[in-house]
Amino acid sequence: MATTPNGFDLDDSGRRIVVDPVTRIEGHMRCEVNVDDDGVIRNAVSTGTMWRGLEVILKGRDPRDAWAFAERVCGVCTGTHALTSVRAVEDALKIDIPDNANSIRNLMQLALHIHDHVVHFYHLHALDWVNPVNALRADPKATSELQQAVSPSHPMSSPGYFRDVQNRLKKFVESGQLGLFKNGYWDNPAYKLSAEADLMATTHYLEALDLQKEIVKIHTIFGGKNPHPNWLVGGVPCPINVHSTGAVGAINIERLNLVETIIKQTTDFCRNVYIPDVQAIGGFYKSWLYGGGISSQSVLSYGDIPEHPNDFSAGQLHLPRGAIINGNLNEVHDVDIRNPDEIQEFVDHSWYTYGEPGKGLHPWDGDTSPKFELGPNAKGTKTNIKQLDEAGKYSWIKAPRWRGHPMEVGPLARYIVGYAAGHEDIKNQVDGFLRTMDLPFDAVFSTLGRTAARALESEYQCRLMTHFMNKLITNIKNGDENTANVAKWDPSTWPKEVKGVGVTEAPRGALGHWIKIKDGRIENYQAVVPTTWNGSPRDTQGNIGAFEASLMNTPMERPEEPVEILRTLHSFDPCLACSTHVMSPDGDELSTVKVR
Amino acid sequence: MALRILVMGIGNVLWADEGFGVRCVEHLSENYKFEPHVTVLDGGTQGLYLLPFLEEADALLVFDAIDYGLAPGTLKIVENDEVPRFMGAKKMSLHQTGFQDVIATAQLMGYCPEALTLIGCQPEELDDYGGGLRDIVAAQIEPAVKIALEKLAIWGAVAEKGRGDDSMIADPSIQRSAYEKGRPDAAEACRTGDDRFFPSEV
Repeated sequence: MATTPNGFDLDDSGRRIVVDPVTRIEGHMRCEVNVDDDGVIRNAVSTGTMWRGLEVILKGRDPRDAWAFAERVCGVCTGTHALTSVRAVEDALKIDIPDNANSIRNLMQLALHIHDHVVHFYHLHALDWVNPVNALRADPKATSELQQAVSPSHPMSSPGYFRDVQNRLKKFVESGQLGLFKNGYWDNPAYKLSAEADLMATTHYLEALDLQKEIVKIHTIFGGKNPHPNWLVGGVPCPINVHSTGAVGAINIERLNLVETIIKQTTDFCRNVYIPDVQAIGGFYKSWLYGGGISSQSVLSYGDIPEHPNDFSAGQLHLPRGAIINGNLNEVHDVDIRNPDEIQEFVDHSWYTYGEPGKGLHPWDGDTSPKFELGPNAKGTKTNIKQLDEAGKYSWIKAPRWRGHPMEVGPLARYIVGYAAGHEDIKNQVDGFLRTMDLPFDAVFSTLGRTAARALESEYQCRLMTHFMNKLITNIKNGDENTANVAKWDPSTWPKEVKGVGVTEAPRGALGHWIKIKDGRIENYQAVVPTTWNGSPRDTQGNIGAFEASLMNTPMERPEEPVEILRTLHSFDPCLACSTHVMSPDGDELSTVKVR
Repeated sequence: MALRILVMGIGNVLWADEGFGVRCVEHLSENYKFEPHVTVLDGGTQGLYLLPFLEEADALLVFDAIDYGLAPGTLKIVENDEVPRFMGAKKMSLHQTGFQDVIATAQLMGYCPEALTLIGCQPEELDDYGGGLRDIVAAQIEPAVKIALEKLAIWGAVAEKGRGDDSMIADPSIQRSAYEKGRPDAAEACRTGDDRFFPSEV
């Protein structure tokens, strides 16, 4: 038994459970936990098992193209990486973007957030709480009554509607295509919803599918194409042409009207479906407030959605910026992404080397030299690891720290920072939610809190979209159709050697790209992504990371069915699909499940 | 009325032969044009983002790198009901799992195209981050496109020589030639990594 500097008692004497996903894109992840005789998690180890290396493939490329590479790194938040990249280049070259570009970028970023949040909740995370197989047993009439009680404004609530959905679901399941719902532990007692609540939530799973395909049209309209929309250093690539007949593909009134319709539809969904669902589902799980991890101690947000172009001061950001440490909500620290003493990455437990132990590097001085070795107590071989040794190097993820503290990032972090900073919209939402749920403030530091923050944020972001849409239209009506500043497009106008940083809030948290440009080419590029913060391994001092901490002290109904582990890890919205292998103590594979 | 046809390449261009599908639609749009009822799309790494395109199509033709367990560079064509099964043959990457789910979702929602054709190529190398297509796979782009043109003709879409609509194709900076020529060398940018995925580097 050992206590970490950030206050967790680790005990690795119990049974070890290995959850090993296999995937590509934003990072492979594996997790190992030790459970005691009562099935309670007493030690947690989270590791990224993939060499990512965006940094190294960009060396020598044209900085104006970096966004196109960056948005291929990830399968979900592609546009956010692109935005972060163009911001880094603009910062380095001191390029100001016009007002319309700021509005359009915000609209694209907000649309991406809402899309990500809705899809995450309904299509990736809901199945950790909702049992679609149980929904087949529901009484459609009682489901209709439940629907009208939790959300009187939602029109789709008749018994006939729920009966139709149930029949459709039955047909789908009977045709052997359980596909989407396969590999669930559908008889695990960790599922607590009534059959009617299961049917209601599963029905909304389908409604959300219909909605999400509308939201992404905003990317096609402003980004020219989707998936992988187009971005531009200096602004946005889509021309506006409202006053004349216009170029093909230009933004015109018809397209702007379509965007407004989609925003309206999305707002209704968040208010009448998403938030009521989280409240209704949360009501069944009020006694399951595990998974808070370090959220009650240290959270970080870079902030995003600037009101005015080129102004990233904290007071001008609609998604709040700040850091909270030691659980002191009375003090919100500002965050300086350029200060070499604030954000540093450590590699003592990561498969990299800086040449000397205990060293932390600011991303501008970042170094990505791999060193793959297993600790002396690891089991298995380098190519088939049975069990990691967390006392040694054990992850491809570096350990970023803010002034030495491991930090949680993401919607919950943004909402805690916003709440502590007295952000009015956020405070009202959180207080209202807790009142409805009849829960104390401390309940936010939980898996459920993370899930609720995402729902509340979606609704707030819909209002922000309306705000920026109005701003864009007013500006255009006043005759400003400018969307890009290309004064410094030509590399001959650039200084010989410069550096810059771009940050955003990705749906899953603080994202930063640090760039050095020399002779018109990329000299160094470092990305610190949200999963690096949340999934970080231990650091030199032995502090455990956010994923690791969130699993601590959670009781598992059936240790061989990791429902609780998945529920909490998914609440961070790690953007990866994964397979888990549950190992018995002697290393035999007990079962395999695909995790989303 | 003409069938609404979606021709789509999927995969991650950053992972060597995984980029096969995307490179095929790139090649197709560079060399052939179609009537407006045919959409040629770079589907990239995305999953659910593709649903709106599926909804608007009666017939779907997909190019992808598929691990069939055959010799590298082998093309294999799969149609209709067989498609989802093959997309999940070996889940080497997120987009394969992802696209299988996309099809299942589209079926659940009732907007899956009626006709499906998958033109898959057995990759030689996937675990080379930042790398391009291996020669044996690159050599299959033209044959794959030729097969696609025949299929499209059966579906009533006649291709005309010349540059087609590339508005739904990747940005030029990441298209094959620029991407592969601009790669930093191994000394400058380390290419090895996790031994479980790069076992030859142990």
